[in-house]
Amino acid sequence: MTHLDVRDLACSYGSEKILKGVTLSAEKGEVVSLIGPSGSGKSTLLRALVGLTLPSAGEVRVAGKAVDYSSRKSVRELRSQLAIVFQQYNLFQNMTVMRNVTIAPITIKKRPKAEVEALAAELLARVGMEAKHDAYPEELSGGQQQRVAIARALALQPEILLLDEVTSALDPERVNEVLDTIRRLTDEGITMLLVSHEMSFVREVSTRVVMMDDGKVVETGTPSQIFDSPTHERTRDFVGMILKH
Amino acid sequence: MNYTFQFGEVMAELPYLLGGALVTLQIVFFTFFLGAVLGLMGALGKVYGPTPLRKAISAYVIFITNTPALVQIFVLYYALPDAGILLSSMAAVLIGLTLNSTAYLTEIIRAGVVSVRQAEMDAAIGLNMTRLQILRYVMLPHIAKTIFAPLSNFFIWLMLGSSIAALFGVEELTGRAINVSSVNLRTIETFSVVAVIYIGLTLIASMSLALLGRVAFRVKARVF
Amino acid sequence: MFERLLFEAPDFFTYYNVIFLLEAAARTLGMTLIGCTVGFIAGLLIAVLRQSVNPWTLPLRVIAIAYVETFRRIPFLVIIFIVLYAIQPLMENASLLTIATIAICLVSTAFLSEIVRAGLESVPKQQIEGARTLNFGAARTLWYVVLPQAWRVILPPAIAFAVMFIKDTSLASHIGVVELTFSGKMFVNRGFSPLLGFGAVLVLYFLLSYPLSRLGTYLEKRLDPSRRS
Ligand SMILES: Nc1ncnc2c1ncn2[C@@H]1O[C@H](COP(=O)(O)OP(=O)(O)O)[C@@H](O)[C@H]1O
Ligand SMILES: [Mg+2]
Repeated sequence: MTHLDVRDLACSYGSEKILKGVTLSAEKGEVVSLIGPSGSGKSTLLRALVGLTLPSAGEVRVAGKAVDYSSRKSVRELRSQLAIVFQQYNLFQNMTVMRNVTIAPITIKKRPKAEVEALAAELLARVGMEAKHDAYPEELSGGQQQRVAIARALALQPEILLLDEVTSALDPERVNEVLDTIRRLTDEGITMLLVSHEMSFVREVSTRVVMMDDGKVVETGTPSQIFDSPTHERTRDFVGMILKH
Repeated sequence: MNYTFQFGEVMAELPYLLGGALVTLQIVFFTFFLGAVLGLMGALGKVYGPTPLRKAISAYVIFITNTPALVQIFVLYYALPDAGILLSSMAAVLIGLTLNSTAYLTEIIRAGVVSVRQAEMDAAIGLNMTRLQILRYVMLPHIAKTIFAPLSNFFIWLMLGSSIAALFGVEELTGRAINVSSVNLRTIETFSVVAVIYIGLTLIASMSLALLGRVAFRVKARVF
Repeated sequence: MFERLLFEAPDFFTYYNVIFLLEAAARTLGMTLIGCTVGFIAGLLIAVLRQSVNPWTLPLRVIAIAYVETFRRIPFLVIIFIVLYAIQPLMENASLLTIATIAICLVSTAFLSEIVRAGLESVPKQQIEGARTLNFGAARTLWYVVLPQAWRVILPPAIAFAVMFIKDTSLASHIGVVELTFSGKMFVNRGFSPLLGFGAVLVLYFLLSYPLSRLGTYLEKRLDPSRRS
């Protein structure tokens, strides 16, 4: 069954239409990458999927079950299956690394503290942050904060992970440490929806690539279809421009 | 517990009460502008003056801002006659409130003065401006912009604070409310009407100040 | 004037007079403390309510805004008069101290709710979104994420407000609450020179207010979010 199924999703800020009917889907374990010029609505799509921005039309199904974004219960259930990592990490500034990772499983999911802390230690080790359990976010570099944010999302043991330009706020030398972390996750069968401008990375890890422009999906295909033989001019321009850099 | 509100007698005294509002406004404008002039001098003295002057100004500000205006005016009104200085109640109130606005405005303006960038001052000196010209053309516009919001808040605070004049028998808005209510014995009604007048006065003041700030200093202030 | 002061001083600073003054000072401090505590809790509730976007709370939010704007625009003295005459028929044996304290709480709630609101609004929106996507409810977001970050913005102006309030409680003397200012009036009525009576009161106010205002300026520098350690 399709794990994440988005049909004709529309979204507006005030009177301005940002998403004009987006359709895409991801099978279980797939890594679907969203590419497209900035302002095309990629972040808005991810925010709408987790219910931070209310969709005005369309349908979202997770494992076949439709999400009702106006129902608090439905949104809570959705968020227990789906985690998001933001471009700006959004770690809680008032909590240590360990607390950032453990707070939701302990206080929201009510899981035993010892068990969650063991899991968190394992996750932090996996993202290479085992030495920083007691540090506060402001004491960490951007790349380190982003890796903690990924560990925090994983601690919820989500079935679907949304990643929004998780490397674009980082210094170039920090990018690879975060990409390595994500690369390892792709082997573990988590369904991923990934927004990124790192084209070679997208090409390497994605099972499918979705090109967006102006609030719409322009083209969907395998990485080689999109990068080697795009059918739409808009995709060709965008890919060509990005790859030249 | 079966109190019925009657506003008729209060409304009959509305012109008298509004006259009191005029007196309130006079007190506020007088003490605010005198306090602003003295406060500007105090702020400049505190930033640029010699050490003894700076210490004296600090001591003054600390003393005034850490004691109640009411008790300060008690001293002016009741203790000064012992030294042969007899003040009318209005004079005691005006002096007392001016002492306070000078202290608070010294602090507010000082914060504005220290925010003037040295580079701008250097440029002004380089242009061979006199001290007065520097003050007028370089410092004041910058200071005005940074202190506008706290200054507006203080103006409202002074408007409300000026009601203590009533306790010395000055017939401003609150004073006249006391007079009216002691005749008609409709205290709640009288003071409710007066409260509405104060709300109106402060709202007009807030809006005018926000407008002034936007037009003259390009400061975005919110009324609410 | 000053000879008279020296001459009267021994009679003034007797054991009982000093105790009386200290008790009055304690009442001033007590009114301020209760006012600020109640005002802080109620102000927090109002500030949190005003952040809500739930359409069901709209009427409550309108009332809250009207309350805050009203009580910040009426002189404290006028509020004391209204509370005095409104409470007496309702609670026949309410003490003057109770009445003054109620008036204080009404005003401090309005002012402190604005201070708390500014603090809550200072927490970046991303922090709240982060909590929401982790399935935090409103109460948990407030408790675990917003308040721990907002308090350093709230505390300095809240203390500055308490300093203002110590002085404003002097108006309670007008309805006969035996706090510091009233005790000064009583000494003057008993024949002591006004400079001595009110001077002693001024000194006591200063002793209550100055340490607190120093604490406020210290915390303001210490907690400044732009230079946190
Ligand atoms: N909070 C907001 N209010 C109004 N417009 C917004 C807001 N956030 C984003 N937008 C607009 O929505 C459009 C899409 O933005 P976004 O989803 O961030 O694009 P992308 O992530 O693809 O760069 C842009 O035109 C942006 O200006
Ligand atoms: Mg984006």
